[in-house]
Amino acid sequence: MTEQHGVTRRGLLGVGAGAALAGAVTGVAGTYAAQRAHAVPSPAAAGGAAHDPSAPVPFHGAHQAGITTPAQDRLHFVGLDVTTDDREQLVETLKAWTRAAERMTAGAEAAPGGVVGGGPYGVPADTGEAYDLEASGLTVTIGFGPSLFDGRFGLTDRLPEGFADLPAFRGDDLDPARCGGDIGIQACANDPQVAVHAIRNLVRMGFGTVSVRWSQLGFGRTSSTSTSQVTARNLFGFKDGTNNLKSEDPEALAEHVWVQPEDVPGAASWMVGGSYLVARRIRMHIEVWDRTNLQEQEQVIGRTKGVGAPLGQRQEFAAVDLAVKGADGQPAIPETAHIRLASPETLDGVRLLRRGYNFTDGSDGVGHLDAGLFFIAFCRDAGRQFVPMQRALAGADALNEYIEHNGSAVFACPPGVGPGGWWGETLFS
Amino acid sequence: MRITAFHAALGAALLLGTTACGSDSTGEAAGGKGPIAVEATDTECSVGRTTAPAGTIEFAVSNMGSKANEFYLLGEGDQVLGEVENITPGLTRTFHVEVAEPGTYTTACKPGMKGEGLRGEFTVTGATAAAQDADVKLAEAVERYETYVGAQADELLTRTTAFVTAVKAGRVEEAKRLYPVARGPWERIEPVAESFGDLDPMIDGREDVVEEGLAFTGYHRLEKDLWVDGLQPDSGAVADKLLTDVRAVAARARAVELNPLQLANGSKALLDEVATGKITGEEDRYSHTDLYDFDENYRGCKDAIDALRPALKERDPELLTTIDARFKELDAALDEHRTDRGFRLYTELSKDEVKDLTVRLDAVSEQVAKVAGAVAA
Repeated sequence: MTEQHGVTRRGLLGVGAGAALAGAVTGVAGTYAAQRAHAVPSPAAAGGAAHDPSAPVPFHGAHQAGITTPAQDRLHFVGLDVTTDDREQLVETLKAWTRAAERMTAGAEAAPGGVVGGGPYGVPADTGEAYDLEASGLTVTIGFGPSLFDGRFGLTDRLPEGFADLPAFRGDDLDPARCGGDIGIQACANDPQVAVHAIRNLVRMGFGTVSVRWSQLGFGRTSSTSTSQVTARNLFGFKDGTNNLKSEDPEALAEHVWVQPEDVPGAASWMVGGSYLVARRIRMHIEVWDRTNLQEQEQVIGRTKGVGAPLGQRQEFAAVDLAVKGADGQPAIPETAHIRLASPETLDGVRLLRRGYNFTDGSDGVGHLDAGLFFIAFCRDAGRQFVPMQRALAGADALNEYIEHNGSAVFACPPGVGPGGWWGETLFS
Repeated sequence: MRITAFHAALGAALLLGTTACGSDSTGEAAGGKGPIAVEATDTECSVGRTTAPAGTIEFAVSNMGSKANEFYLLGEGDQVLGEVENITPGLTRTFHVEVAEPGTYTTACKPGMKGEGLRGEFTVTGATAAAQDADVKLAEAVERYETYVGAQADELLTRTTAFVTAVKAGRVEEAKRLYPVARGPWERIEPVAESFGDLDPMIDGREDVVEEGLAFTGYHRLEKDLWVDGLQPDSGAVADKLLTDVRAVAARARAVELNPLQLANGSKALLDEVATGKITGEEDRYSHTDLYDFDENYRGCKDAIDALRPALKERDPELLTTIDARFKELDAALDEHRTDRGFRLYTELSKDEVKDLTVRLDAVSEQVAKVAGAVAA
């Protein structure tokens, strides 16, 4: 624990022991942090405690942070290939990553004295771009891809039953350079520089053990994982994730998100308390959508664009009623509407914890935005939850005219770690 | 006194190793009891005697096989103590190597000049040299490396002379073959060679130097003539100027004085050269012989690390172990692309192959970057 409290990146507000040591950095830093904290309005949604977007999120716990903890504004996600066959080397890297992630999520440098403490001739152990920034709610979440269980590391018997790459879906246009990976790491923060810093430093530490297969930056969370958050909008301008699972509903989380002992008997039991992460890069044909009239936009989605109410209702959080008919006798929510096809009512009660982000990777060379939704969902069983949902959508969703899935990955995220523990401990021990 | 002797001998070994393709040398064999005969075939490496007293050891390596061969005497971590490269089938080459420390060493023949080689144990007997303090080791590293730079500079001049001769004689195919070879020593000592700012753009500038108001001369101008435009009326004059400029660089490089940090940083800078110029296919954009340059930059890095090895072993043995492990992985990745004549062309590499080389290079570079800190500690 001492290493966590060694040198803080800057003054942290209200974090107990961490705050006491924060003064070691500079007095000015603390003042700035305080101003920053006051400048950000607290979310005032019903039932949720206001949270400080600059404060740290605890790293340790029964579950990994970054799943049901409040969704931050920014994302840096990376899919990695393991480039060594040496199991011990991989384990050493996972341990080193865990120590660095503990530190960074607490607002500290990736290593003690990492920025300037190594002397003038040493290469800094921390890249430094987050040195003056708050913890910014950073969470770092790790997951292991099906390919990690291919025999290189003696893990074949640990593969949870049914855990495999996603099947092909109609209309997919997958780019292999945006798919898969032996390891996935999700870093979310309320400051993009903090999220990028975290991934950059972990990748750097991993050179020789892992290489980057693909990565994705995201901005503007498109989901709420807490009732304390207002529902955000996607790049089509619609509220996204209104009916998402929320961290305030532990029973629903146990049912739909956290892997239970009966799901993973025997050697696969390392996943108890973990969750499966599905990532899909969904390119949106923004320019085409923007030329679509409001009525069609609303019928494609199945909600109003303004308040986000299900068609046929007035309030955002009104229950979706698929039976309501319009004046013309047709269903108010069309048969091909996105929310109808994705609703638990049409999917035998299937639900997911969505945690996606908008992305814009500049333009595509012909002047169109290369933009869309980097869809992330957590679930207890991807094969029984995400796959049927995506099959239903791929077959009939009116939205398909405006989107294209070009990246895909699935990762098994192990349970959380306690103090002194490490990522993958349950899998490799 | 002892250091000087150590260096003179090591320098000689390096010189012999690197100039071996020019001429067989028959230097003095002080302390040797006649050369140790090595018979190399495509599948065997038979070393006449596998023990020798500390001091100068002489090997006579005969290539009885069908492939070009190499012979190495290796120390711990595969440190190259002496080598003779590119022995044509049927030839015998002699070289000397100074080994001051008694202990167990490794001999290796490399038929086809690929891979780990056919290895054997070699014992050096005698009294243990006195313990040296770390600063002495660093001073030795620098002296050794300065000698190395001088030897490479000489080799650069020799090879460039051959290249220039071929260009001026209009022997295009020969000139094309010699082009990546002639540049090799330049690439091995690139940070030093580039430190002569006035000469670098004239010798190794790309076509974009014209933007800075300079004439496009040097290796890359001739590369363009040979591969794209055909020899031009002024190609001969450009070749003459290249030789003049290389002569100047060689003279200055021979006199260069370095310190341990420059040596450490130089080893990293060589890898940076690969990362920014060679792995991108940018350096040899007409001939696509970028992997030759990649290999030479990388060898230069390894040679600099070898010079520092005794000091690093004392200061950060764990780092040295990691560096050696990463070297092996990059060696294997690079070996995949060797051909009988040298390397595949950059344009023949798939995107995945370029990525694999980049990944291995990153892994090496991340560790080599830590050497300066270890040296300064």
